[in-house]
Amino acid sequence: MTAPLAIELVGIDKRFGSVRANKDIDLKVAKGSIHGIVGENGAGKSTLMSILYGFYHADGGEIRVDGRPVTIADSQAAIALGIGMVHQHFMLVENFTVLENVILGAEGGPLLAGGVARARATLKRLAEDYDLKVDPDAVIEDLPVGLQQRVEILKALFRGADILILDEPTGVLTPAEADHLFRILKVLRDEGKTVLLITHKLREIMAITDEVSVMRRGEMVATRQTSKTSMGELAELMVGRRVLLEVEKQPASPGRPVLQVENLTARDGRGVDVVRDVSFEVRAGEIVGIAGVSGNGQSELLEAIAGIRPVRSGAVTIDGTRLDLARHPVDAAAMRRHGLAHVPEDRHRMGLVTSFSEYENAILGYHRDPAYGRGPMLDIGAIREAARVEIEKYDIRPPDCLLRTAGFSGGNQQKIVLAREIERDPVILLVGQPTRGVDIGAIEFIHKRLVALRDAGKGVLLVSVELDEIRALADRVLVMFDGRVVGERAPETDESELGLLMAGAAQEAAE
Amino acid sequence: MRAGQLPRWADYGLMPAINVVAAFLVSGLVVLLIGENPVEAVRILVWGALGWNEGIGFTLFYATNFIFTGLAVAVAFHAGLFNIGGEGQAYLGGLGVALACLALDRFVPWWVTLPVAVAGAAAAGALWALVPAYLQAKRGSHVVITTIMFNFIAASLMVYLLVNVMAKTGSMQPETRTFEAGGRLPLLQTILPGVDFGSAPVNLSFVLALLSCLLVWVLIWRTRLGYEIRTFGASPGAAVYAGISPVRITIVTMLISGGLAGMMAINEIMGSQHRLLIEFVSGYGFVGIAVALMGRAHPVGIILAAILFGILYQGGAELAFEMPAITRDMIVVIQGLVILFAGALEHMFRPLLLRLFGILAAPASKPA
Ligand SMILES: Nc1ncnc2c1ncn2[C@@H]1O[C@H](COP(=O)(O)OP(=O)(O)OP(=O)(O)O)[C@@H](O)[C@H]1O
Ligand SMILES: [Mg+2]
Repeated sequence: MTAPLAIELVGIDKRFGSVRANKDIDLKVAKGSIHGIVGENGAGKSTLMSILYGFYHADGGEIRVDGRPVTIADSQAAIALGIGMVHQHFMLVENFTVLENVILGAEGGPLLAGGVARARATLKRLAEDYDLKVDPDAVIEDLPVGLQQRVEILKALFRGADILILDEPTGVLTPAEADHLFRILKVLRDEGKTVLLITHKLREIMAITDEVSVMRRGEMVATRQTSKTSMGELAELMVGRRVLLEVEKQPASPGRPVLQVENLTARDGRGVDVVRDVSFEVRAGEIVGIAGVSGNGQSELLEAIAGIRPVRSGAVTIDGTRLDLARHPVDAAAMRRHGLAHVPEDRHRMGLVTSFSEYENAILGYHRDPAYGRGPMLDIGAIREAARVEIEKYDIRPPDCLLRTAGFSGGNQQKIVLAREIERDPVILLVGQPTRGVDIGAIEFIHKRLVALRDAGKGVLLVSVELDEIRALADRVLVMFDGRVVGERAPETDESELGLLMAGAAQEAAE
Repeated sequence: MRAGQLPRWADYGLMPAINVVAAFLVSGLVVLLIGENPVEAVRILVWGALGWNEGIGFTLFYATNFIFTGLAVAVAFHAGLFNIGGEGQAYLGGLGVALACLALDRFVPWWVTLPVAVAGAAAAGALWALVPAYLQAKRGSHVVITTIMFNFIAASLMVYLLVNVMAKTGSMQPETRTFEAGGRLPLLQTILPGVDFGSAPVNLSFVLALLSCLLVWVLIWRTRLGYEIRTFGASPGAAVYAGISPVRITIVTMLISGGLAGMMAINEIMGSQHRLLIEFVSGYGFVGIAVALMGRAHPVGIILAAILFGILYQGGAELAFEMPAITRDMIVVIQGLVILFAGALEHMFRPLLLRLFGILAAPASKPA
């Protein structure tokens, strides 16, 4: 190897209790390159990057940055070494503004005002240079996940990172946004910066990395030059078997409507209408996909139907029962009783209580079910047993229902939520970003489960910013823009036509 | 999500122990500063609390109060609510107890009065928590502010009642008449043959306190309501997603919390004073916060922490008596230090301990 190394890891070991998350890992990352890391859920990618960023301490091994052995005690030390990180799970202060989050820990002096003014200018420049536009005064919790991610990236750039670690940065981005990010990454590389990119999307690996390393069950199993490998080979290296990269399904045979939405209007936290007069229906035995750039009301639409978000006007009919949500608000528990299940988009804020054990999360929202206890009591034995069955069926790793949920990798956390909701055998399932952060093996599995649910005569309403996913799964595609449904298309529709709709072309033409 | 986690026994046992030891070391320095012998001081304190039967009796009597107020804070804690109104809720609990006793003590034996008094104490305490709970749930007024204000209102209300309404006729004391036998709980030593706590007022309430611990444990970890309380406390977003009503949980939890605080009055009023008098709560409600923090909001931890504070109260009184240089205020300082280390500086020793466990665990991973 001739190029100087930005990072060299030698024999890194890390264990969590009985789990060996990293076993004797060696990794060389050339300066000025984009290096991809792939691997199944729980393979140890995030752990390895967290060690590099000083979040965890390795039990053994050595880290070299620019050829010098270093110890990275904490993230301050990592930042001082020019290492910046965009985490898989955002590390933002929810009730701070974008600007406040960006300068947090880098305020530049004891007096806030000067630092803030400088930061505002820097932020503006960064936003322009890299086309990462975010309102610096917006409060984080009001931003959709897609924009929160931009803030994370800005945060790292603001600290002048030379080595940028991105842990699944494109999970929430639309293809267009992802392309945009990749252009930025290429510019960074051409300026001599080094990028470490974790992703489950092999297309992205092929598109922008120079080299790619594959992890499996805590070990580094291969490193390849991207130009000399293929998606098939990488998939096989990751999973240890051949993976079906496409969904197999028969044409749908839709039956009676199981979900009807009439003129639904709902607001976001700031009191702005974000779902506007939306009407559609989902029939038994079909998957309806909602496509759209993140932040166009899809998330709020799901929440409104699920009984989480107050509805301003409109009604929802589930399996023949009409609910006038504006006049008689109904909570999520009542919605579940009507036969609705919901995989929320944001598993950390809603879908899971990360400080709970796995089995406790396996009943979230169903804790009043007669199956889980008698009268006011919970039957812990029965709950654990049910959780073990789901763990087995969904191959959740590690298979330990007593483990705190925060200790599961992102993809496995997602499987916990999916297992809980799908196994309830709902009449209608709402799913937001079902495969966000999930590995290809698991995606194959989740897609099969969703299609099986459909074939069993259930309705599925799927929201995803992953256009590929919508096209692969949905039987009909609705496109949302600016809170409205702006069109319905068949999933075979040309990607560019859908893209135009998503960008609001229909809207503009009408005006 | 911070790096690593301690084993449970270290988290629940070792950490609090280290915190207490640290508090004692610093206290020792203070004792040294005023020119007394710290080793001797500790000896007197421990002996005073545990070295003789009457001392133990007093320690357990104080611990009973702390268990109730500690449980009250802990239950609210699990819902993410900070009920610092234990003081006022316990005060009002006294009213509930006294009304029951005054009405019944002349006609029925104590064991008939007891359930009524318990109901009265819990109801009065719960009622006093209801308004702050409602304001928090419906209007977002922070319970920390409102419960504290309700402590003051409780104090004024009780003074008014004791001076103008309930005072014994022909007396200048702001207190009710003394209860007859039907309004007095038996001392522990009269139920347990062979134990003699001397003049210590430790009574049946201690058993009631232990029972409450068990019930709280069941409530929090074994009931659907407890699950909802913990979910709401850990993640309000997940609670809404799960169809758990924040309004309902806030109110129900605060009612339970207030009820537990109110039960403290059983021990003081029906178990020891046998009359309702002014300012009988005297800080137990506030110390309950420290007890809950130190006990990790877990009933077993709360029992241990309550006994520790019982020791500090009883042993402290002995110490003030034996070493005149150490005044009552010094004892408060020592208690303050325990609270400081156990509550506020909770995380001071944690990184150190984590690293230690990391080092201990590392060799085990090598040969594999
Ligand atoms: N804080 C922790 N406590 C206990 N176990 C942990 C902790 N963090 C990670 N693990 C375990 O270490 C292993 C590696 O997890 P890691 O998050 O690094 O996986 P990953 O490759 O990033 O997976 P994903 O693609 O799902 O994000 C998993 O088995 C996980 O359960
Ligand atoms: Mg990860």
